[in-house]
Amino acid sequence: MNQTLTGKISERKLRNRTSFLQALRNSLTMAYRGLLKIRRTPEQLFDVTFQPIIFTLMFTYIFGGAISGNVHNYLPVIIPGILVQSVITTSIVTGVQLREDMDKGVFDRFKSLPIARIAPLAGALLAVTIRYTIATTLTFLMGYIMGYRPDGGLGCVVIAGLMVIVCSWCISWIFSFFGVMARNATSVQGISMLVLFPLTFLSNVFVPVETMPDWLQWFVKINPISHLVTAVRDLANSGSIGWDFSISLIGAAVIVIIFAPITVKAYMRKA
Amino acid sequence: MNNINSHSALPENGEWAVEAHGLVKVFGDNRAVDGVDLNVKAGTIYGVLGPNGAGKTTTIRMLATLLRPDAGSARIFGHDVMKEPQIVRQLIGVTGQYASVDETLSAIENLVIFGRLLGLGRKEAKQKADELLEEFGLTEAAKRPLKNFSGGMRRRLDLAASLISEPPLIFLDEPTTGLDPRTRNQMWETIRRLVKNGSTILLTTQYLQEADELADRIAVIDRGRVVAEGTGDELKASIGRSSLQLKIQNPLDFEKARRIVEQVLGVKSNVSPEGGKITAPMADADRVTDLLIALRAVGIQLEELSVQKPSLDEVFLAITGHGVKDEKQDPTEEMEVSV
Repeated sequence: MNQTLTGKISERKLRNRTSFLQALRNSLTMAYRGLLKIRRTPEQLFDVTFQPIIFTLMFTYIFGGAISGNVHNYLPVIIPGILVQSVITTSIVTGVQLREDMDKGVFDRFKSLPIARIAPLAGALLAVTIRYTIATTLTFLMGYIMGYRPDGGLGCVVIAGLMVIVCSWCISWIFSFFGVMARNATSVQGISMLVLFPLTFLSNVFVPVETMPDWLQWFVKINPISHLVTAVRDLANSGSIGWDFSISLIGAAVIVIIFAPITVKAYMRKA
Repeated sequence: MNNINSHSALPENGEWAVEAHGLVKVFGDNRAVDGVDLNVKAGTIYGVLGPNGAGKTTTIRMLATLLRPDAGSARIFGHDVMKEPQIVRQLIGVTGQYASVDETLSAIENLVIFGRLLGLGRKEAKQKADELLEEFGLTEAAKRPLKNFSGGMRRRLDLAASLISEPPLIFLDEPTTGLDPRTRNQMWETIRRLVKNGSTILLTTQYLQEADELADRIAVIDRGRVVAEGTGDELKASIGRSSLQLKIQNPLDFEKARRIVEQVLGVKSNVSPEGGKITAPMADADRVTDLLIALRAVGIQLEELSVQKPSLDEVFLAITGHGVKDEKQDPTEEMEVSV
């Protein structure tokens, strides 16, 4: 018997379970990896840089006069709306990138390491929050330049921004699930757009709900995007936290509780 | 099934690094691995030899907890791969056929991230990465992105990444495939050094020479089954130390020549897949003199004759009775000859 070797193995602290703390540490390391990758290829930030600028300009000047009489009165309506739309659209990229990443050999190594199974996914999702932060900051900044002065004050605007980022992170689990399940990156993009397009437009993002037909109002009112937008408007425009704020966070948590385990399971099953 | 050794040949109290029994993995209607048994003693190099598609990689992936077996069981240092996968992962290092490192990052960033994931602190991870880069001669390239790395450098980095946690068992899936001879020899040196430090290595290869050079024991695997197992010497003894290749001028003499070869060497001969050549294992290269005399006595004219080390193809011919599967045989050519 090889004494030195058996000694070496029994010296190791072997555990078949990973603690929550280890899962957190592993996820943060994976997030660090994601940030390094972004730093190496900064061109992948083009979309989150230009989309908020162009969309904010475009929609405000197109719809402003028609919906609120003038552009200035429309800003408190459209800025929170466009913010939610931009950031959530950005989260689709998570699924696409995850798919591309998983097709590379390095994910085999992650699977063979004694790390928390959730870490490669959670870490990737965490790194992407830098994209949400950029989109959020730029949207508010554009609004400010165009004359938007939220009554809630800077503190509430920051809270509103953080809430959108947190909710988008939760929603991105849905797109990661598509990312893990789909055959390739292109189909992830396709499926995700198909889900997101009706969801963001059939909401109160652009127009007051009262102007819609009754049957549509019914959907718009239960649409989680509407609640999120209302929560942001309440916070930014009047500094108030209402029922919409709670329901948005509860909804986001429910998404994570459902999608995180099935995504990790699907990820483990994929060879 | 040609089981050259029996397990009793091994020390009874030997600690097993790998014990696999009846491993099966089915993809669709393809039984990629069809009942593989492997026993690897701790502190040794074990070679799994076989052609492309024989089931080598699938077997390793099951042992490394990357794939769930459809049937059978496997234990790594006594820990079941299905029931205690997280423990098994703490005992193994895996270096895949394709480098499993991050292309967009630099060598040092890759190693630091793996080190951090394995629980090392920021400083320790950096220190370990530096050590390994030094050891594998990658210090100069440490900060360059991997995109510009050669195949050999990538493999070395990949192996370095598997060694961060100093695992007692290392899986190497075709560590030298596609490497030039010099880099291959460096890789062999590294593998030998690892075992000296007490690691156990299970490597797969397509080359008999590599298995022979490195492995203490070899399993020959074909179509998802272990068709032979033993030490390199035992395996070679079964197919002869060297291999005779003979081409004659007149195809009409073919069968006659074959009979003479079998008589003189006292073994079964084969027809090479390329056709037209008689191949036969030889225990002793000197016997070729007897053979030449015998051939001249009956007036058979030779076109070509060589005595070589046995190739994997010949091991396969001898053990399984068919050639390496993915080598396309040309039936018309063979027909012509055997007429």
